[in-house]
Amino acid sequence: MSVTRREAGPGARGAGAGAGGGRPPLLRTLARALPVSPALVLLVLFLAGPIAYCAYIAFTDLQLTGQAESSFNGLDNFRTAFADEAFLNAVWLTLVFTVLSSLVGQNTLGLALAALMQRASKPVRTLTGGIVVTAWVLPEVVAGFLLYAFFRREGTLNAVLDWLRLPSQNWLFTLPILAVSFANVWRGTAFSMLVYSAALNEIPKEITEAAEVDGAGGWRRMWHITLPMIRRSIGTNLMLNTLQTLSVFGLIWVMTRGGPGNRSQTLPLFMYEQAFQKSMIGYGTAVALLLLVVGSLFSLVYLRLLRTEV
Amino acid sequence: MAARTTPRPRPRPANVRRARRRHAADAGLLFAAAAFVLPLAWVVLSSLDPHAGLKVKVPDGVTLDNFDAVLEPDITFTPLLNSLVLCGGATLLTVVCAALAAYPLSRFRSRLNRPFLLTILFATSLPITAIMVPVYALFVQVDLIDTMHGTIFFFAASQLPFAVWLMKNFMDGVPKELEEAAWTDGASSFQSLLRIVLPLMGPGVGVVTVFAFVMMWGNFFVPFMLLLSPDRMPASVSINDFFGNRGTVVYGQLAAFSIIYSTPVILLYVLVARRLGGGFALGGAVKG
Repeated sequence: MSVTRREAGPGARGAGAGAGGGRPPLLRTLARALPVSPALVLLVLFLAGPIAYCAYIAFTDLQLTGQAESSFNGLDNFRTAFADEAFLNAVWLTLVFTVLSSLVGQNTLGLALAALMQRASKPVRTLTGGIVVTAWVLPEVVAGFLLYAFFRREGTLNAVLDWLRLPSQNWLFTLPILAVSFANVWRGTAFSMLVYSAALNEIPKEITEAAEVDGAGGWRRMWHITLPMIRRSIGTNLMLNTLQTLSVFGLIWVMTRGGPGNRSQTLPLFMYEQAFQKSMIGYGTAVALLLLVVGSLFSLVYLRLLRTEV
Repeated sequence: MAARTTPRPRPRPANVRRARRRHAADAGLLFAAAAFVLPLAWVVLSSLDPHAGLKVKVPDGVTLDNFDAVLEPDITFTPLLNSLVLCGGATLLTVVCAALAAYPLSRFRSRLNRPFLLTILFATSLPITAIMVPVYALFVQVDLIDTMHGTIFFFAASQLPFAVWLMKNFMDGVPKELEEAAWTDGASSFQSLLRIVLPLMGPGVGVVTVFAFVMMWGNFFVPFMLLLSPDRMPASVSINDFFGNRGTVVYGQLAAFSIIYSTPVILLYVLVARRLGGGFALGGAVKG
């Protein structure tokens, strides 16, 4: 079909009928845009609406109970936040959690597994792939319980450490943020592994073989040939991992509830506690808005990475 | 690189070197597999163990008592039914809306396509967790809190961006020529979408459906925030009752319930992975 059409004006997605030719272009545009409308209505009401509402109540002192109406209080919530030790603690823990589990853990381990899979024998590849992917497919809460059991004092990790004659400890108490980070690595590595496996499969064999003939060792090949060739996948994967990790709630909630104290309380858990356990919806939303802004920035970078493909 | 002249004392034949390398890779992978399998082994073994604890051990005799104990209406069947209603309803809504929306985006050229798609792609990566507090506040105001349909609408909206994006990419793969014949015969766009395009992109629709369903089935935060009554809770929230409400935690039953609750999504994943030739469709789709 060669279609030359006028651009539809703003708000053009509305009523109209059919999709025949011979109509004035504007009407035809409307008719063609009609199928988009159910999705658009849902997205505007249930996604854009809450985001706009979020941006509004973040600047009010809305509370859960006992208050007839909320009032606008400007930047107070944000001032409170940046003076709040607990908030800064949550920011720090979120940073630790993201760097440890997403950037270092999932990404590196996923790449390592994908690279090993290129060389390993088929049964081992299938077995390992199956196990790692199962960890990923499990519902978040189930994964949380499995790792809770794994890290508890009476759990599997300590049993293994005892068997290796290494000192054991109560991981969820001594190093809760490390435990939940490992949990997130366990749960999320499969995604990176699959992305990198797909990327590595697309590298032409001739190139790596040529380098091998020229005497480049395994590490040199990895550094000078493989990594540059899959850099786009690395960028995409890092973005998606980070965005996913920023919004982890259920896993940490099940394992530690953010505790002990607030030593594993990342921003989503902090936001939840402020909004519901302390009834400060306005303050909780201000924190949510900050999280949303950080997420949006990552999202924009991600869009730039995919720029050529849309 | 060619100028390197370090003489190799004893050049090994390539196949020996390759075999060695394969063994090393196998060993590395098996080590990783062993580490990853421990928590999974716990859930399987504990579910069969009459005296399950927190660590992986050989069961003291195999029993199905744990499964028997949890297969009660208010422990298993009601939450699973709630999950099914929520996720099934929302998946249906998502897939129908996404298919309709993808059609004009894929078939007609318009200056609005690009901005719309960019917005959609932007929305796919927004952290939904962050907007749950305002969604809760909004739902209280419009009386959608603690309703199944409210939760279904929100679920569908949260999955729609990715579903539209995937669906549009799959639809681009169906050649337009096939439809043109139908158009000449007087079929409307809607008819050709329903009769020609969707049947031809069956696997794509399957991937979108399964992906949306799996994401919602595992989602804990959305129903945890938007539903209040215990009898409406899906399995992702009710599983927490094994802690706290019932006194001491019976780990064997928790494990048994975890298995029952996880089985559908694992089966769906296997189904999709098989249909698409083992290759990973979602990873590929995410790349664009």
